[in-house]
Amino acid sequence: MAEPWEDDELEGPVRKFMYVNRRAPYGTIYALESLEVVLIAAAFEQDVTLVFMDDGVYQIKKEQNTEAIGVKNFSPTYRALEGYDVEKLYVEKESLESRGLTTEDLVVPVQVVNKDQLAELMEEQEVILSF
Amino acid sequence: MKLSILVNEGPYQHQSADTAIQFTKAALERGHEIFRVFFYHDGVNNGTRFAVPPQDDRNITEQWTALAKEHDLDLVICIAAAQRRGILDENEAKRQGKDGHNMADGFRISGLGQLIEAGIQADRLVIFGD
Amino acid sequence: MPMLHTVNKSPFERRTLDTALRHAVKGAAILLIEDGVYAAFDGTVVADKVKAALKDNKIYVLGPDVTARGMSEHCVIDGLEVVDYGGFVDLVTEYDKVQSWL
Repeated sequence: MAEPWEDDELEGPVRKFMYVNRRAPYGTIYALESLEVVLIAAAFEQDVTLVFMDDGVYQIKKEQNTEAIGVKNFSPTYRALEGYDVEKLYVEKESLESRGLTTEDLVVPVQVVNKDQLAELMEEQEVILSF
Repeated sequence: MKLSILVNEGPYQHQSADTAIQFTKAALERGHEIFRVFFYHDGVNNGTRFAVPPQDDRNITEQWTALAKEHDLDLVICIAAAQRRGILDENEAKRQGKDGHNMADGFRISGLGQLIEAGIQADRLVIFGD
Repeated sequence: MPMLHTVNKSPFERRTLDTALRHAVKGAAILLIEDGVYAAFDGTVVADKVKAALKDNKIYVLGPDVTARGMSEHCVIDGLEVVDYGGFVDLVTEYDKVQSWL
C-alpha cells in the first residue's frame, strides 16, 4: 500500500508551469529543493518550462566539485531532466553575460532568451514558481 | 476563486508566514476558497508544536492551527523538507525510530506532489518567502 | 490580463525590484509588500525608477507594511495606490497569475 506521501499521478488538466531559478547553488538550499520539486512534478505530466536567471545560471555551471565543502554535488541531476520529459530549459542572456558565462560553461543544453523574450514567456504561463 | 498558498520560510525569521496568514484570512473573508496551504523549505518549521514565543507576541503555529480548525484548511508540510529539518508527525517519528514527534495540530505531512496538485487545481498559487 | 508581480525585499538590500520591473510587460502590475514597501517612498534614490515604471505598470503598496515601518501613506510616491490585505487578495484574483520575486 502506498505511503500517504506517495502521491498517485493526477488525472486532470494540463497547465503551463514555469519554474524560475534565481539563486546560486550551495549558499542556500533553494536550488536543490527547487530541483526536487521539478523532478517530482514530472510525474504529473504538466507543460513544464524551466528558467535559469540571475544567480540561478550558476546552478548549471560545469565542473562543480563540492568535496571540500562537504556538501552533495547535485549538478549532475540537471542532465537527468531530459529523461523526466523536462526539455524546455531557458537561460536569460543578460544573466549569463553579466556573469561572464556562455552556454559552453553549462552542463545542459539550453535556449538563451533576452529579458524581454523571457517576460513574454512568463506571461504565457499559468503557474509560476520562483525559487 | 480557489487559491493555493505556498509558505517557504519559517515563523519569525521572515515576515512571510505572517503575511501568508493575513492574506489567507483576507481571502477567506472575501469568500474565496483556500485549496491548500503548502509549507516548503524552512516553511515546514511553521508546523512545530514546541514553539514557545514570548507571551506578549503572536504564536504563529497556533494561528495556523486555529485558522485550519475554523475554516477546515488543508495545511500540508512537505515530507522531504520536514525530514531534513526534523519536523515529524507521530507516524514519521515511529518510522524513523525517533523518540518523539513534534507536529502541531491541523498540519499533515505529505509529498511534493501535493504542491503540484495545489498549483494545478487552484485558480491562483501565491508564494510567500524570502 | 497580464500578471501581478510582488516584491517583498527592500531595494537597498536586494535587486528584486529591478528584476520585477525588467520583466513586467506593459499592463502588468507590481505590488510592494513587507520590506519591499521601502521602494514606495518619495525622496529615495529609487523613486525616479519607480515613477518611470508608472508609465507602463500600475504599482501598489501594502498599507499595513507601510505603517508598521513608521512611514506615512503621505510619503508614498504619487500615483502608487495603497491597498490593504483585502486589496492584495483582489489584485491576485484580478490579474491572471502572481509571480513572487523573492
